[in-house]
Amino acid sequence: MSIELLFIIFVSDKCSIDIVSPKNKILRRVVNPPPVKGFKPYGPNPDLRISEPVTLFYEEYEAIRLCDYDGLNHELASIEMGISRPTFTRIYAGALQKLAVALVEGRQISIGGGQVYFDTQWYRCLGCGCHFNHPNKDQKVTHCPLCGHLHFSPIAENKSPIHLVEPGTGQRREQGVTDE
Amino acid sequence: MKAIMTSTGNHLDSKLDSRFGRCEFFVVYDTESGSVEFIPNPNKDLKEGAGIASVELVASKNPDLIISGEFGPKIKNLLDSLQIQLVVIQDTERKIQNIINLLNH
Ligand SMILES: [Zn+2]
Repeated sequence: MSIELLFIIFVSDKCSIDIVSPKNKILRRVVNPPPVKGFKPYGPNPDLRISEPVTLFYEEYEAIRLCDYDGLNHELASIEMGISRPTFTRIYAGALQKLAVALVEGRQISIGGGQVYFDTQWYRCLGCGCHFNHPNKDQKVTHCPLCGHLHFSPIAENKSPIHLVEPGTGQRREQGVTDE
Repeated sequence: MKAIMTSTGNHLDSKLDSRFGRCEFFVVYDTESGSVEFIPNPNKDLKEGAGIASVELVASKNPDLIISGEFGPKIKNLLDSLQIQLVVIQDTERKIQNIINLLNH
């Protein structure tokens, strides 16, 4: 396991900082937001099925992504999210329960909310050579914030040791591969 | 856009301070008005928590961008959660004036 992982933040109760969370709760790290905002049921008379949507929190989405898509065990997944293993297991169990309710009752799933922050990716500007990140994931990265140059490349995150299991879907692109 | 830089001194010829939490000065630069403000870092001698205290200080200025020589993982995560964009310049010989010139691209 890389040293880097050991540094993953714990915004713990001991922190006196108020700007992160009003309740000083531990924030869960989410690397990538989901590609869609939710899911709708379909089939005969789908209108009859539209009841209150199930809200899957970002951390619940992330728990399923790490465990069942990336193939991590709970221990490694909890480290990825910067939370304790029991907390992870609780979030994961809650996520499965919500998915089960949606499937069985034919409910919509809306993804959002929760106590999370989105980890950002670093880029290297090919113009001025600086490194920069991009916190607003709803917007595309278009230029270097320092010099305005339009060419930059993502910087690999050294997280390969925990991505040993490839998912059966084959959908997942190798993250952190860079053209540096 | 409002940018905050870490500086080793209180004038435009000062070099970028490579440390975020324990830098000598923060420089607040507004690209629209062109105003420059040097703020001595009250946290530079703290034994513990200089990084977090400095995050609080700079966040209170509502910057769009923070420029320094490094951000620890903990500090980066805090600033990520505040949605503040970060720039790392590894060349510590860069002067504040030079960075301001780049920002005016
Ligand atoms: Zn650049």
